[in-house]
Amino acid sequence: MIAEQTVVSLEGVRKEFGRGGVVALEDIDLDVRAGAFVSVIGPSGCGKSTLLRIVGDLIQPTAGEVVVNGKSAHRARLDRDYGIVFQDAVLFDWRTVERNIGLPLEMTGWSRQRRAERVRELLELVELGGFERHHPWQLSGGMQQRVSIARALSFSPSLLLMDEPFGALDEMTRERMNLELLRIWEQTGSTVIFVTHSIAEAVFLSTRVVVMSPRPGRITGIVDVDLPRPRGNETREQPRYAELIRDVRRTLRRGGGFEEEADAGSETDLIVAEEGL
Amino acid sequence: MSTIVQRPPAREGWSGVLRRLSDWAPAAAVFVMGIAAWEGLTRGLGVEEFLLPPLSSILDTLREQWSTIWSAGLFTFKEALGGFVIGSAAAILLALVLARWRGVGRAVMPYAIAANAIPIIAFAPITNNWFGILSPASKMAIAGVLVFFPVLVNTLRGLTSVRPAQIELMRSYAAGEFEIFRRVRLPAALPFIFSGLKVGTVLAMIGAIVGDYFGGSQDALGILIRRSAGIFDFKLAWAAIVVASIFGMLFYAAVAAVERLTMRDYPSARGADL
Repeated sequence: MIAEQTVVSLEGVRKEFGRGGVVALEDIDLDVRAGAFVSVIGPSGCGKSTLLRIVGDLIQPTAGEVVVNGKSAHRARLDRDYGIVFQDAVLFDWRTVERNIGLPLEMTGWSRQRRAERVRELLELVELGGFERHHPWQLSGGMQQRVSIARALSFSPSLLLMDEPFGALDEMTRERMNLELLRIWEQTGSTVIFVTHSIAEAVFLSTRVVVMSPRPGRITGIVDVDLPRPRGNETREQPRYAELIRDVRRTLRRGGGFEEEADAGSETDLIVAEEGL
Repeated sequence: MSTIVQRPPAREGWSGVLRRLSDWAPAAAVFVMGIAAWEGLTRGLGVEEFLLPPLSSILDTLREQWSTIWSAGLFTFKEALGGFVIGSAAAILLALVLARWRGVGRAVMPYAIAANAIPIIAFAPITNNWFGILSPASKMAIAGVLVFFPVLVNTLRGLTSVRPAQIELMRSYAAGEFEIFRRVRLPAALPFIFSGLKVGTVLAMIGAIVGDYFGGSQDALGILIRRSAGIFDFKLAWAAIVVASIFGMLFYAAVAAVERLTMRDYPSARGADL
């Protein structure tokens, strides 16, 4: 049954901001299968973060239908079907690492002991054992983001929404975090929607890359990534990896996203992708 | 990349105590020099007593008339404390309402900010008239109004300073308004509330003493200062001012101590701000 395997289904989604104002998204149709790792890539301002928020019921679409796990996005949010990770770790300064990760569990009424056990498991998963009692402001940016990922995974949501989670990290940390995220994804078997504006990152991580055009954001094309798994640093040296990066870039260019990206002055990702060749 | 930016709070040993002492040494040296200069200059230059008595004679007076001055100080401190509690409680409650219903906030805040610029102390004779010149209530009123505005403005800023992503995160956990308030808005506002309260302690003491100046009970510190200055007993006036300062500092320190206890987990608590 295909219907059962579809975690997210978007149909004719459109989003306008303000009264008859800017059209951020138009004609968005997208199905995300269970266990998939789908990246959404596009130039700045193409509405990819908006799309993620619509899936998460944090913003309402102007038109169209959003179905998550066979129910409305609103119902899915109330059922706590997804974990969310932002570009900024959004940790609470006054809580220790342990209590930050345990926050969603606290809110669903887990006992102290069960919480402690689960948090210990998660800290091991994100390789932060021993940091339970630290406060967020005592950690580096990469470590904070790992805490944020552990928190999103704490209640085992069926869907993980990630909005440029590594955008604020330096390139070396980002590559390491990519490897860790893949490992976590393979271990937990969750479905991920991952917004990024790095072509290399999108290709490296994903099972599918959704390419969007500049405003109004539409889906220009979808690139299936057939790189073998498990992926590692060698993956970046394979000719197929370079081909896929070229495919994504061509799709971006077809949508007019490439020039836009260059205009916006955020060429760095493209340059990095070029160096990856 | 697995470097820890800041070391975890470690238990302090003797070296920590010594380090802390040496941190305070410059300030202590300035204190001692200031006292010595006061004593030396007033005596050496023969400064008239009505201008500035030597510290030692102020301390002598303080010792001789300790019970009078101290009980006057306590009386006025109670006025200040009453005003502080009433003013800050009202301010925090109003801030909660204004933060929850932004429309009300937009209607009220301009006036609150304008009122903040009014020299409220000028109303002291009026509140004496309203609440009875001998009643502590008139001093509490002026102290309360003085405390009200900085606490209101700070609390409101704290409650509304929450980053949108923090709210989105909580909503993704299906949190309702109250849960967001309890787990995010209130903890995020605490540092702001405390800085308002600390300013409030100083203002409450000023309000109570100045309120006394415009007339009040014979037991009040402001009355004692005014009366002793009126009969050229400047040593007594100064001694009373010393007691007023002690109460003011203890009041501030008490609120700062509560702040430190409450906010052990906050980054600013590690700073050296007093």
